[in-house]
Amino acid sequence: MYDALAPNSEQDVTQNSAKITARNCQVYYGETHAIKDVNVDIASNTVTAFIGPSGCGKSTFLRCLNRMNDTIDICRVEGDILLDGEDIYDAKVDPVQLRAKVGMVFQKPNPFPKSIYDNVAYGPKIHGLARNKAELDEIVETALKRAALWGEVKDRLLAPGTGLSGGQQQRLCIARAIATAPEVLLMDEPCSALDPIATAQVEELIDELRRDYSVVIVTHSMQQAARVSQKTAFFHLGNLVEFGDTSQIFTKPSDPRTESYITGRIG
Amino acid sequence: MSDITSSGASAPRRSSLLVQDERTKRRNASEARFRFVGLIAVAIGVLALVGLLTSILANGLSSFQQTYAEVEVYLDPAKLDKSGDRNLEKIAKVSTFGYAPLIQAAMETTSAKAGVDISALSSKDLVAMISKEAPATLRNYVLANPEMIGETVTFSLLVNGRIDGYFKGRVTMASAALDRNISPEQLQAADDLRAAGVLDKTFNWAFFTAPDASDTRPEAAGLGVAILGSIYMMLIVLCLSLPLGVAASIYLEEFAPQNRFTDLIEVNISNLAAVPSIVFGILGLAIFINVVGLPQSAPIVGGLVLTLMTLPTIIIATRAALKSVPPSIRDAALGVGASKMQAIFHHVLPLAMPGILTGAIIGLAQALGETAPLLLIGMVAFVREYPAGPPEGLFDPAAALPVQVYNWTQRGDPAFVERASGAIIVLLVFLILMNTVAILLRRKFERRW
Repeated sequence: MYDALAPNSEQDVTQNSAKITARNCQVYYGETHAIKDVNVDIASNTVTAFIGPSGCGKSTFLRCLNRMNDTIDICRVEGDILLDGEDIYDAKVDPVQLRAKVGMVFQKPNPFPKSIYDNVAYGPKIHGLARNKAELDEIVETALKRAALWGEVKDRLLAPGTGLSGGQQQRLCIARAIATAPEVLLMDEPCSALDPIATAQVEELIDELRRDYSVVIVTHSMQQAARVSQKTAFFHLGNLVEFGDTSQIFTKPSDPRTESYITGRIG
Repeated sequence: MSDITSSGASAPRRSSLLVQDERTKRRNASEARFRFVGLIAVAIGVLALVGLLTSILANGLSSFQQTYAEVEVYLDPAKLDKSGDRNLEKIAKVSTFGYAPLIQAAMETTSAKAGVDISALSSKDLVAMISKEAPATLRNYVLANPEMIGETVTFSLLVNGRIDGYFKGRVTMASAALDRNISPEQLQAADDLRAAGVLDKTFNWAFFTAPDASDTRPEAAGLGVAILGSIYMMLIVLCLSLPLGVAASIYLEEFAPQNRFTDLIEVNISNLAAVPSIVFGILGLAIFINVVGLPQSAPIVGGLVLTLMTLPTIIIATRAALKSVPPSIRDAALGVGASKMQAIFHHVLPLAMPGILTGAIIGLAQALGETAPLLLIGMVAFVREYPAGPPEGLFDPAAALPVQVYNWTQRGDPAFVERASGAIIVLLVFLILMNTVAILLRRKFERRW
């Protein structure tokens, strides 16, 4: 069923159309102005990294992209965030439908306390993506294969997902996110709880996923941003300071703040 | 503390690790004191519990045994059916008084057969050795089996509570000499009859099945109606308070906006949990009986009142259980596009289940032992009729276990003290069973995340 999303890695990054467009985006937590006037274009088939010091608003902005901030009562979003030209904060938009299109992987691996199979099958089930058990099995297998986890778990699909190692759990969460066939995958520091080997596996996976999805990753590790992303956005104190090709940001930053952060003087 | 400042905080002091300094000594001493106080507190608690259990068990265990007399009764047609046509209506006209001579005759023949000398007893004393309940037992049997009139049937009849007490060590020859209800001669005859195998103590099944009995026949009193009434009420409480409480908690915890109104509701739920139970009884009397017009003494009213009492407990426990589910699980569900309700029902609620069930069973256990509100809605009444099966039976008068305990402790006959202690044991066993179920359920549903 992933035929429609055929690999097209040959495509040049810069020619990709904008998947998500944010214009004059403001986020308030009560009185606090957390995100100030952010404009960003997130291209399809691209990994976009958000970097910046702690508390700069990168996670907040990421959570705006699939309206996970709706669960926070005092959070208020202004400005436009468009997915394929449609305003996701329009009153007619059901956040549930949006989140099926824009999947999310969280900082801490958070598999459901159910079997590995049920973890992956949950999304397709509630969205009605499979008509029968055989189709569901196929979706689960495909998702686990794409998340590079199939080989390790194919013999124990009914074992609890919480019994896996941290890195495996995170890949399980990625498999769970891609099982619903999203168009965009948001990752909030997906490797911060993982060891270097698991991190390398997840990073490799992210690069794989770029063929089919638009991936947005928040990370504290500049090396990681440099390794996996094609575009990088640097946030500082709620402002989007600089946004551009990763190679350019890390070699010739145009803003002195970016340079200070990358060279380790602030942050 | 002056030590430190005087010696200079910056200069490192040389001291041996093998010698405790003053500060350490004082700190260790205070720790030892605290541990001792804690130990004393635990010991006092354990002693109190042991004392309570011993006294209840010592008083109450004997109620699970009852003395019965094995007697052959000749169902004399001359007394029971003078016309001889076995007309049930006429047989029914013979009251329990008409059966007393049968018992007298049966006791005389049984004693003679067993070779027990009863010449010291008047015929009235002889009949009095058997419970006042016995004529009713005979009459019920005859009305159920009129064809047996004229036959000799062996009955297991309850003996008088004092003789039963004598075999259980509650009544002695000395106390019987001062007692108008029993004489040493009767006790002597009872001893002889027991030796001859006519009287014997057996397990008291009737204690669990028989209804309450009047003041003069404690030996016949049982918990049947009270147990049934309590079960009915628990069913009502479970069926009403669990869904209501869980629904209210989910709404308050997951959906309700945080504002003054919900804060007010929250505070009031906490307050309700602390309201004295008798107040709920008054509420039940005023609303369910006076306004709605439900019958008095009925399990439905008791169940409704206890539901109101249990709701705050369940709501508080459920909300705590929901709160303890890590937010990452909610995020995970929302992140794959589950709606709020799907996230709650598929993921949060199953994880909160052990806590909810524990809270519900603790609430139920509280309700099972609650007495005060039931007194106000008339469940203290003397009820000998079993309530019908549910749902009609919920509107029939019934008793309740804790009220039955209260009731029996108010009676004059010391035999009722034994019964009351026995009822307490039954109540405690029910509570222990419920707690066991709570623990088992929690084990079954418990999952790590």
